[in-house]
Formats: sequence, C-alpha cells, structure tokens
Amino acid sequence: MSDKPDVNKARRTLLIATGCAGGAATVAAAVPFVASMMPSERAKAIGAPIEADISYLAPGEIMRVEWRGQPVWIVHRTKEMLEGVKASDPKVADPNSERKPSELTPEYARNEFRSIKPEYLVVVGICTHLGCSPSDRLKAQPEPFDPDWRGGFYCPCHGSLFDLAGRVYKNKPAPDNLMVPPYSYLSDTKLLIGEDEKA
Amino acid sequence: MAATDKQPISFAGPFNGILTWVDARYPLMSTIKAHLSEYYAPKNFNVWYYFGSLALLVFVLQILTGIFLTMHYKPDANLAFASVEYIMRDVPWGWLIRYMHSTGASAFFICVYLHMFRGLLYGSYRRPRELLWIFGMLIFLCLMAEAFFGYLLPWGQMSYWGAQVIVNLFAAIPFIGPDLAIWIRGDYVVSDATLNRFFAFHVIAIPFVLAGLVAAHLLALHEVGSNNPDGIEIKDNKDPKTGIPLDGIPFHPYYTVKDVFGVAVFMFVFAIIVFFAPELGGYFLEYNNFIAADPLRTPQHIAPVWYFTPYYSILRSITINFLWVDAKVWGVIAMGISVIIFSLLPWLDRSPAKSIRYRGPIYKSALAIFVVCFIILGYLGTQSVTEGRTLVAQICTVLYFLFFLLMPWYSSLDKCKPEPDRVTK
Repeated sequence: MSDKPDVNKARRTLLIATGCAGGAATVAAAVPFVASMMPSERAKAIGAPIEADISYLAPGEIMRVEWRGQPVWIVHRTKEMLEGVKASDPKVADPNSERKPSELTPEYARNEFRSIKPEYLVVVGICTHLGCSPSDRLKAQPEPFDPDWRGGFYCPCHGSLFDLAGRVYKNKPAPDNLMVPPYSYLSDTKLLIGEDEKA
Repeated sequence: MAATDKQPISFAGPFNGILTWVDARYPLMSTIKAHLSEYYAPKNFNVWYYFGSLALLVFVLQILTGIFLTMHYKPDANLAFASVEYIMRDVPWGWLIRYMHSTGASAFFICVYLHMFRGLLYGSYRRPRELLWIFGMLIFLCLMAEAFFGYLLPWGQMSYWGAQVIVNLFAAIPFIGPDLAIWIRGDYVVSDATLNRFFAFHVIAIPFVLAGLVAAHLLALHEVGSNNPDGIEIKDNKDPKTGIPLDGIPFHPYYTVKDVFGVAVFMFVFAIIVFFAPELGGYFLEYNNFIAADPLRTPQHIAPVWYFTPYYSILRSITINFLWVDAKVWGVIAMGISVIIFSLLPWLDRSPAKSIRYRGPIYKSALAIFVVCFIILGYLGTQSVTEGRTLVAQICTVLYFLFFLLMPWYSSLDKCKPEPDRVTK
C-alpha cells in the first residue's frame, strides 16, 4: 500500500498523529465521568463509630445496630452456646481465623470465640458470599439444613452456615468467616463499634 | 440513488402527491419495499415464529408504560417505595400502567426464551446467521441488565437484597472486584446513590442500547433472510426470471397479518394476567417486594424473579473450592458462562442438518435433557437450599454445560435424515 505513488506519507503520518491525539483526548475526557460514579465526599464522610448499649441484652439474645449502613450483630452468648462453638470446630472451614486476618478479624478477636469477652460476639451481619444478611438460628436444635445444628446463622440466599462465633462452615458458598468490626468496650455495658482501643 | 431513478408511486390514491414529494427527498418506498412488501420470508413459518415480533411489541409496550411511570416515580431512597404505592393507589389508572410494566417484564422474557428455543429447534444460529444470533445474545444480555436495574426501583426488600447480591457478584472478580463493586454502587452499601444511578441506566442508557441492538438484529435478519422450520435456504431456489425465492412470500401482507393475529392472542393472555393475576402467585411480583427495603434484615426466603432463577441455581450449586480459588468465584464464573455460552452455538454445532426435523436421536435427546435441566434449575432457583436440592442442582448444572461442551462431538456423530430441497408443509 505504502509504495503506491498517490499515498502522501506526510499526510498519513499527520492523520495517525491526529487520530492518536483525539483518542487520548477522548480517554482523558472519560475520566471525570467514570470518576463521578465513585462514592461522593458525603458518602465517604458517613462512617463514624457508633455506641451500643448492651445492658438490656439478655443471655441468649441478639441485638442489631447499624454501622456504615450495615447490620452489626451483638449476641450475648450463654455457656451452652460457647460449648456449641467449641463443638463446631471440626465443621468450620477456618476455626482459628487465619484467613485474611487483617480484613476480617482484629487481633483481639483472633481466638476461638472471635471476641474480646467470650460472652459477647460482635460481627458484621453480612454474608461473605454475596452480601445477604444471614438470619439467626441461635438455638441448638435439628434444622433442615443440619440435623446436628449447634446454633448459629443461616444465610437464606445461598445456604451458607455460620456458627455462633461467625465462623463459616466447610463446603458452603461463603469463603470466609463473618467480619468482626473494630470495636472496644467503653464500659462493661457499653460498646463502641467502629473504633479499636488503640486508635 | 438519485431521485429521478425512482418510479412514480401509483395506487396511493389521494396521497399520491405527498408520497411522491416525500420519496424524492427520503428513501421511503424503497425502505418499505426492502423490509416489508418485497422482503421474502419462507412460506412455512409455524407458531414458533410469533415470538420475535411479540418481543418487539413488548419492547414498545415497556417503553410506553415506562414513560408514564417516570412521570410519577421518585428515584430517591426515602421516596421511591412510597411513590410506587402512590402510583398504585392515587394516580388515575396508575395501577394499570404499573401492572402492564411489571407483567411486561416477565412477558418480555417469556417471548425471548421461546424465541431462543425456536433457534435451538431449527438451527437458526447456523451459518450464515451467526451475527444475527450474536446480536440476539447481546439483546438478551441488555435485557437482563435492564430487568436487573429496573427491579431495584420499587425499593422493596427483594429489590434491595437482589441488588446487593448481584453487585457483590462483581466483587468476586480477583484484584479489581471490591473496587469495581464500590464503583457500581457509588457507595459502600446499596444506597440512595445506587438507586439514583440504576434509574438512569434503566430509563436512558440501556433502552438506547437495546433499541440500537434491535435495529442491528433486524438489519442482520433482513440481510441473510429468515431461517425456517426445515432449516434450508430458500435463496437456493429462486425463480430464474424474477430472482424471487420460490418458497418465499412477501412479509407484508402475509406475515404482518399473521403477526397481528399473534398480537391479538398475546394481548388476550396479557390482559388476563394484568387484570386478574398481576403478581402471578409471587412469580411476576414477589410478595417480599411489597415490604420497604430494610438494610438490616434479609427476608427469610430470597429468590430472584423467575427469569433469572436457572442461572441463580447454577451460581449457588457450586460449593467446592478448586485450584486455590474460592467456590464463590467459581460460582460467579459458572453463572456468567452459562449465559454467554449460547453465543458459541454457531461454532459448537457440527450437525449436517440444521432443523430438528432432520436431526438424529442424539441431538433430540440432548436438547430434551437440556430443556428439562433448564426448567429444573429454574424451579430450584425459586426454592430455599437443602442438601438434596443442591445435589439435584449440581447434576443439572453439569448436564447444562455438557449440552454445549460435548456438542461438537455428538452433533457430528448424529444420524441425520437428508434435508429436502424445498420447504415442506
């Protein structure tokens, strides 16, 4: 082609250069539009820690609070419930919270019960599979999904199971344990969710 | 074409003058001829050939009803749910427009699924209709996106949690996934920002793309000509004098009249559903969606609308980690492939015959098994998970993929009957 006599090489070079410049300008012009879809400054600002009063939470009961638009569960675990957590060790995929510890389990919760005080479980109630909020099945009783159920959480969306420490059962769609948010005790009956003690 | 080349328009009666005037300035008559009165379609179309034109009808219905819904709907997380109830209760005839739109969504998928099944029956995706088929697949993908974006707008419980699950599918993509999900939502959770942008996609972006793809689909169809239940090319047998296919009849008036009859039957059924069973037992409108979105609580039983359930079943049937990759990622990959794999059919099918009429027993059995699996997966997707159901879904998922993956072999091994030279009845 290029050795045809009627091809003006200078003009072709100019055409290519113009095309490249135009293409680059188009890509650059797309940046603000793509970026406009990221979370706004307002959305970023809503993320402050919240306080939760647990003085009324009876043993064996669960309460839900909203933190960053997500449900956070606080479960007051009884002795039997804690026994149930121990008993489910062989059934769960990551009993010692070793996967993605920096994202899912703060240091003070890297224990069997995944909590600061064993009696109180604090987890983000969002399934690590596709983000549904599992429903609580706290009682140890036969369930359709597990005849030997020791209490925990059942995700209605895709059938993932979690024990009473938020640890995911083996061979379920959810890959990881429920996230333990950063939290600390302001007093014996008051929790601060969203902030560690050291922070 | 220069204006002087055109023949004067006759038989147009009182409009003769204005038509001639327009035709000198715009390719009106030549377009009508090329696409209607002198577009020759095979004369042996059967009932399966209604669903393309019906899908087009539903598309128009959805756009019309949608325009009137946007006059009253508010895309705001605090107002959306109530504005839909306002349409249902206070806007004159609002309930009718809304039920037409919600029933239309399901009707669209019914028509498109039957239209696609017609393609599987008669090999309509085979050469030279590969691009036609791919445009159709792109329409199907857009339709799924359109339905998904639209489903968030009522801001009910199923809207909210459905969107939460589907957006999180993207978060499963390695490396860029989590940021991509945030970019789609415009927030760290499904929120007002998400609702607002889904509204924009649902009413502007996707409908424009859909309209363009529908035009491309029709242009591709009219370039290659329609397939037919015998799966043979009518262009191979042309009248030597006129060049018109011997087995072809003009689309107008023959098939316009046929399609109008189809429209009448369709509207009859459509009206019965709109007036007497708009929820259709929870399949067209899910009961949980009459509860306003609650970000703290997923409903006890969550399932997508019926038209997504086969893929949803495939997604949750994958529960085994494999090759250091989470089951979650494999589930998402399997679901994506299960939708896209249809577009490979033109290259997977090696059968000497196109139509099921002349194919052998292997393809017939394979197609039957596939359809049964598709329906079982669809049913299971509406149900909650148990171990038994998961096992059935896993078996059906394997068979679903085998239908496609083994096709190059079984379709060429099959014992086909000889195709006729001319179309049969």
